[in-house]
Amino acid sequence: MALDSKVPKGPIKDKWTDYKNHINLVNPANKRHIDVIVVGTGLAGGSASATLAELGYNVKAFAYQDSPRRAHSIAAQGGINAAKNYQGDGDSTYRLFYDTVKGGDYRSRESNVYRLAEVSANIIDQCVAQGVPFARDYGGLLDNRSFGGVLVSRTFYAKGQTGQQLLLGAYSAMNRQIARGKIEMFNRHEMLDVVIVDGKARGIIARNLVTGEIERHSAHAVVIASGGYGNVYFLSTNAMGSNVTAGWKVHKKGAYFANPCYTQIHPTCIPRSGDYQSKLTLMSESLRNDGRIWVPKHLDDVKAIKEGSKRPTELTEDQRDYFLERRYPAFGNLVPRDVASRAAKERCDAGFGVNATGEAVYLDFAAAFERYGKEQAKIQNISNPSEGKVKELGQAIVKAKYGNLFQMYEKIIDENPYETPMMIYPAVHYTMGGVWVDYNLMTTIPGCYAIGEANFSDHGANRLGASALMQGLADGYFVLPYTIGDYLADDIRTGQIPTDSPEFDAAEKDVTERIAFFINNKGTHSVDYYHKKLGKIMWDKCGMSRNEAGLKEAIEEISALRKDFWQNVNVPGTDTEYNEQLAKAGRVADFLELGELFAKDALVREESAGGHFREEHQTEDGEAKRMKDFQFVSAWEYKGEPKDAVLHKEELAYENIEVKERSYK
Amino acid sequence: MNLTLKIWRQKDASSKGQMIDYKVTEISGSMSFLEMMDVLNEQLVNAGEQPVAFDHDCREGICGMCSMYINGEAHGPDRGVTTCQLHMRMFKDGDTITIEPWRAASFPVIKDLVVNRSAFDRIQHAGGYISVNTSGNTQDANSIPISKHAADEAMDAATCIGCGACVATCKNSSAMLFVGAKVSQYALLPQGQVEAADRVRNMVAQMDLEGFGNCTNTGACEVECPKGISLDNIARMNRELMKANI
Repeated sequence: MALDSKVPKGPIKDKWTDYKNHINLVNPANKRHIDVIVVGTGLAGGSASATLAELGYNVKAFAYQDSPRRAHSIAAQGGINAAKNYQGDGDSTYRLFYDTVKGGDYRSRESNVYRLAEVSANIIDQCVAQGVPFARDYGGLLDNRSFGGVLVSRTFYAKGQTGQQLLLGAYSAMNRQIARGKIEMFNRHEMLDVVIVDGKARGIIARNLVTGEIERHSAHAVVIASGGYGNVYFLSTNAMGSNVTAGWKVHKKGAYFANPCYTQIHPTCIPRSGDYQSKLTLMSESLRNDGRIWVPKHLDDVKAIKEGSKRPTELTEDQRDYFLERRYPAFGNLVPRDVASRAAKERCDAGFGVNATGEAVYLDFAAAFERYGKEQAKIQNISNPSEGKVKELGQAIVKAKYGNLFQMYEKIIDENPYETPMMIYPAVHYTMGGVWVDYNLMTTIPGCYAIGEANFSDHGANRLGASALMQGLADGYFVLPYTIGDYLADDIRTGQIPTDSPEFDAAEKDVTERIAFFINNKGTHSVDYYHKKLGKIMWDKCGMSRNEAGLKEAIEEISALRKDFWQNVNVPGTDTEYNEQLAKAGRVADFLELGELFAKDALVREESAGGHFREEHQTEDGEAKRMKDFQFVSAWEYKGEPKDAVLHKEELAYENIEVKERSYK
Repeated sequence: MNLTLKIWRQKDASSKGQMIDYKVTEISGSMSFLEMMDVLNEQLVNAGEQPVAFDHDCREGICGMCSMYINGEAHGPDRGVTTCQLHMRMFKDGDTITIEPWRAASFPVIKDLVVNRSAFDRIQHAGGYISVNTSGNTQDANSIPISKHAADEAMDAATCIGCGACVATCKNSSAMLFVGAKVSQYALLPQGQVEAADRVRNMVAQMDLEGFGNCTNTGACEVECPKGISLDNIARMNRELMKANI
């Protein structure tokens, strides 16, 4: 099947408006007879469920957590971008579009990104109307901060809990529709397969995680909003339950999976401390607004710090290497995430890592304390303030901005970051790859859509900070509700989809057989044993930098591990009760397939772009080297084993942006 | 360190539960409490036993899933943290740690340490929202200035993660801190004024219907709340309810 991205014709700034003016609509009376399934209730799924229900469709929403409010969007800290230009610093729709395409290393689809930038301003209006308590200045107007990879302040925030507040906003919109009966909410349920009838997605098989019951749910369209697959690395900043299963199931039923190798490794995470570690904790990128990143200039000092004979605060300015400021004077500490992460890795690989594992760099707020402290002293009319007073005043400002992050850090590391610089190291955070979708956000299965992090379309090879929340809500509130109507307009006479068809029988049979296998296998190793092994292969060979030999090994090793898993996995308990190990076994089984496709995708992509860094393809200064021949989306078609997956290419054309070397110097 | 764990085990909602003792060894102080539980569960799975079921997800203190009653305190002995952020450095070698699920009639046990908190969702369905469609045709976000003070206070209320520690802690199993926080968020903002009276009436009615107790001003909820939600929110809710009923 040839890929058709269905991008409307016309100038980029008119595409979306024009498209909306010409699509088919479903009249309100008919919407009442149309059902839509939404899998996942994060920002994308939650906002889509609410809006579709408001429009009049019958929505069935599914979450594996005990409430939609707990989806992992809730953990996003820093903010959400929008081209409001409230700061009058030259922002515009075009500039947000430009920054996003450039930030994505020219590997995203122009038309989708422009639409995202176009609706971004509406998101802020919408959220404020819902009562989202964004930060405000003393005049009562909305405040902004700046994020990596851009030169304007366009990020709206609610303390360090922006994702939480936006998700609670979407959750409140859902609640209103749940109360009206327009959304039927299935908490503690997991989608285990999609059902295709006459070539169209017509329902799902879900498992009730409390009772173990297998359920059939039909609908006229299925929306996958199940987030990213960063947990393929075992250790990531994702929630423990985040998984690829919904996306992978639709992939196996015909949806192409795009750019699996594009993974974002976030620079400001708390370094790992031991083998028992279950997850990594991220601290918002906004910290880089005020924190300066450094390692000691001399290896002697590194040694002294590791031995405990020197403290980092004892090092003078000229003994420190502010490596981002040194290498990237224009953007400094605010270079995009992929660039910042690789620079930290480079220093640590050269032996300058400052903790016991050698995998940590400093994030220092001393300069911010001083800068804010002096400013506050002026405001408060304190003449000749002492050094201590300046620090105290400055710390108060920093505390107001990032207090919760400082507290979080202190609880985990047991060190006071107001007194000693924080230690940070990159960790897996977000996956730009995902299910391939066209301009309508429809996958290659008719009637099956993918939104938010689950799809691939907007961030190219690297996502800019504060853009995930923007994309999730844009897809859910403002894009999908239009595009899905165009498809559903053909379904007004279809009537309810029966669940007693052979297609449902077959899908349910597959699901129950797989569960029975897990329960009856009684093998020798736990599910986590395999997940950790997979994670180690992924991190070592498909992590921050990749090479041909490593990727080939990864493919072999993952394939062997998968075989072992299907022979020796041990799942305790039964299938008719709350059984977390059983749920996890299914998720890890899917990660074991995705991981191999991931490595294969990384192997085929003979270039460096954004989060995908191939050691063979770098400039003399060690920067990522993009190749013109690879200006395409890799969309993989499932053919059984991951090694047999077939590559389809969507060529990317840039008509409104000149493709340049991505420089932040 | 080596520890003895006394853990509540209950097969399902209808079975009778009991405390069972377990031993874990070589626990490091920089492990989180849930990582210590992972160690125990891996041990149990490898021994062919059923692992202890507990709710958890983000493991960074924001999703509100984790919910353990540790040594008689919701989320354990540390302050301002959820169970997943509690670290083992708070305990000593040789300690015996008692671990129970949230205990409240309105939060029935599903299995072991997992409870059903859907009552919280139903309270929100009753009015925890502003009735505005997500059409994108709302007015510009800056058209209504909101004082920084009001916005900050609303944010402090909105920071609630809905974990239920307040209910578990309260001798009356009252949910008033939770409901008060949601009512307050909207009561403090101009957007929430239109429906303020109905909202507080409906949410409080649902709260009572779910069987949560009333507040007797002990203040334990505020102390145990991982997000530091203030008792002021309960006062504000009472005031809103009074205003609505006059």
